[in-house]
Amino acid sequence: MALLSIQNVSVSYGKAEAVRNVSLEVDRGQIVTVIGPNGAGKTSLLTSVIGMIPAAGRVIFDGTDITALPTEDRIEMGFCLVPERRELFADMSVYDNLLLGAYTRRDGSAAIKASMEEVYGRFPRLRERRAQKAGTLSGGERQMLALGRALMAKPKLLMLDEPSLGLAPLITREIFKIIASLHETGVSILLVEQNARAALETAGFGYVMETGEIVHSGSSATLIDDPRLISTYLGGGASH
Amino acid sequence: MNAQIAAILAIDGIASGAIYVLIAIGFVLIFAVTRIIFVPFGDITAFTALTLASLENKQMPGTVGMVAVLAVMATLMEVFSLWRKGALGKIPAALFFYLALPLIPAAIAWATAGTLLPTPLRLLLTVAVILPIAPLLNRIVYQPIADATVLLLLIVSVALHFAMSGLGLLFFGPEGVRTQSLVDFTTFIAGTPVSGQAMLILGSAIFFSFLLYLFFNFTLYGKALHATAINRTGARLMGIRPQQACTIAFLLGSVLAAVSGILIAPVNTIFYDSGFLIGLKSFVGAIIGGMVSFPVTAIGSMFVGILEGFAAFLSSPFKDVIVFSILIPVLLWRSYTLVHAEEEDEE
Repeated sequence: MALLSIQNVSVSYGKAEAVRNVSLEVDRGQIVTVIGPNGAGKTSLLTSVIGMIPAAGRVIFDGTDITALPTEDRIEMGFCLVPERRELFADMSVYDNLLLGAYTRRDGSAAIKASMEEVYGRFPRLRERRAQKAGTLSGGERQMLALGRALMAKPKLLMLDEPSLGLAPLITREIFKIIASLHETGVSILLVEQNARAALETAGFGYVMETGEIVHSGSSATLIDDPRLISTYLGGGASH
Repeated sequence: MNAQIAAILAIDGIASGAIYVLIAIGFVLIFAVTRIIFVPFGDITAFTALTLASLENKQMPGTVGMVAVLAVMATLMEVFSLWRKGALGKIPAALFFYLALPLIPAAIAWATAGTLLPTPLRLLLTVAVILPIAPLLNRIVYQPIADATVLLLLIVSVALHFAMSGLGLLFFGPEGVRTQSLVDFTTFIAGTPVSGQAMLILGSAIFFSFLLYLFFNFTLYGKALHATAINRTGARLMGIRPQQACTIAFLLGSVLAAVSGILIAPVNTIFYDSGFLIGLKSFVGAIIGGMVSFPVTAIGSMFVGILEGFAAFLSSPFKDVIVFSILIPVLLWRSYTLVHAEEEDEE
C-alpha cells in the first residue's frame, strides 16, 4: 500500500481552480516528483496536502484518512513540508532552528542530539554556522537549513517545494545530490520542481502537471526520454 | 528642586517604572505571539489588586464570579466547535482545560472566603484566580478571529476593554482599595530614604524579566513561542500549534500583570477602572520598544515611570499630559528609524 495517496484533490481560490482532480501516490522509500511550469498548481497541491489550505478530495497517509486533520496533527504523523519560501526562523540561530525541527518528537534529548549530529554530518556548513542567525545565511545555506530542520523531525514523508528555487547551478546540483542521498535513510520524498531534468534524474517516478491537472506520468526513465517533454521542459540539452 | 528631592522623586519614579516594565513586557510578549494589542491587560492588573484586597478583607473576590462566567462561556464555545468538527473524543480534555482548571482556584477562593489565609498563600491564590482570565478571553473573543488584521484585533481589544471595565464594576463594585504593605521598612541609601516596597517592586521586575529571559532562551517551549512570533507559517510546519502558543503567551502575560497588580496594590488606590491608565502608560513604554524589543521596552517603561514622578512634582494635574505628550515625538522617531522587520527572508 502506498504511504501517501492523494485522491481527486481540487483546490480553488474563489472561482479560480488551481488544482483540478489530481490523484497521485508515493510509495514507501520512493522519490516521486511533480514537474511542471510556473502556475501549474504544484505549490497549491502541496499546501493542501499539508492541510494549510482547504481542498476537495481525499488524502490517505499510511492507511489513515487525514483529509479532515489540521496541519499540526499531520506533522505529528510524520509529514514534513519544506516550503518554497523556506519559512526559517530568521531571528534565531541555526541551532535553534534545527532544534525546533524536532518539536513534535518525544523520544528524548539523546535521540534528538544524535539527529542533530547526523544533520551536521550531512551539512558540515550548518555546523560551522550553528551560532549564526538563520537570516544571515546565504541562499544555499538557507535551503540546507530548511532541509536539515525538516530531517530533524524524522519524517516518514518529506515534501520539497522547489528546493532549487533561486539557487546557483552549482549549489542546485549539491542540493539534489543531498536529496538523492536521503533515499538511503528510507524517507519517502515528494519533490515538486520546475527544474525538470534535475528532478527526474533524482526521482524514480514522475508526474507532469499543467494548469492544475496531471497530464503525464511514468517512471523517470521513460519521462526523461519522452519527446513531448523534451521539447517543453527538458530543453535542447537532451543528448540522445 | 534640590538634589534630595530629586533623589526621592527618582526612586519613586523607578518604583512605578518597574511596574510599567512588567506590564509593558507582557504587552510585547502577547503582541509578538498573537499580534493582539491586548488593551484589557491593565484591567487584569487592577483586578489582581482588587482580588488581593477582597481576600485580605476575608471576602469572596468578585473575580470568582467573573472567572466562572468566562469559563462556562469558553467551555460552551469549545465543546460546540469540537462537536461541529466531529472531534467528540477531545471534549473531556476541553472540559478539563476550559472548565475544571480555571474553576479550581476560584472554588478555593470561594470556599475559603471568611478565613484570612497566610500571606504567601493569599498571594498565590490571587495569582491563580487571575491567571485564567486572559486565556479564557482569548478563547472566547480572539480565537474565532485569529486570522484577522492587526487593526481589527486592536478594535476588538478596545471594545473588550470597555466590556471588562463594565464587568469590573459589576463584580468588584465602585470602591477603591489599597492593600497592606508586603514589606514594612525603610532604608537610607546615600542619605535618601528608600521604602522596602520600592525595593521589592524593583527586585520583582528584575527577577521576572530574568525568568522570562531564561524561558525564551533555554526552554523548548520558549523557543517555540519565539518561533511563532517570528514566523507563524514556519512554526505551524514544525507542528507548533498557534493557539497553544497564544494561550501560553496570555498565561505568561497574566503572570506579569498579576505580579504588578500585587506590587501596586499597597502603593496606589486601585478602582475597578484604574487598569486602563496603568496599561496605557506601560503601553507607551512598549511603543518605545517598537512592540518588539524587550530590553528597549524595559528602558522605555522605566523612563515613563521616572518622567511621571518628576512631572507629578512639577505640576500634579498635568502629569498625565506630560507623560502622554512624549508619545508623539517617540512615535515620530520610531516611524522614521525603525526598520520594519516583517521576517522577510528574501530569496
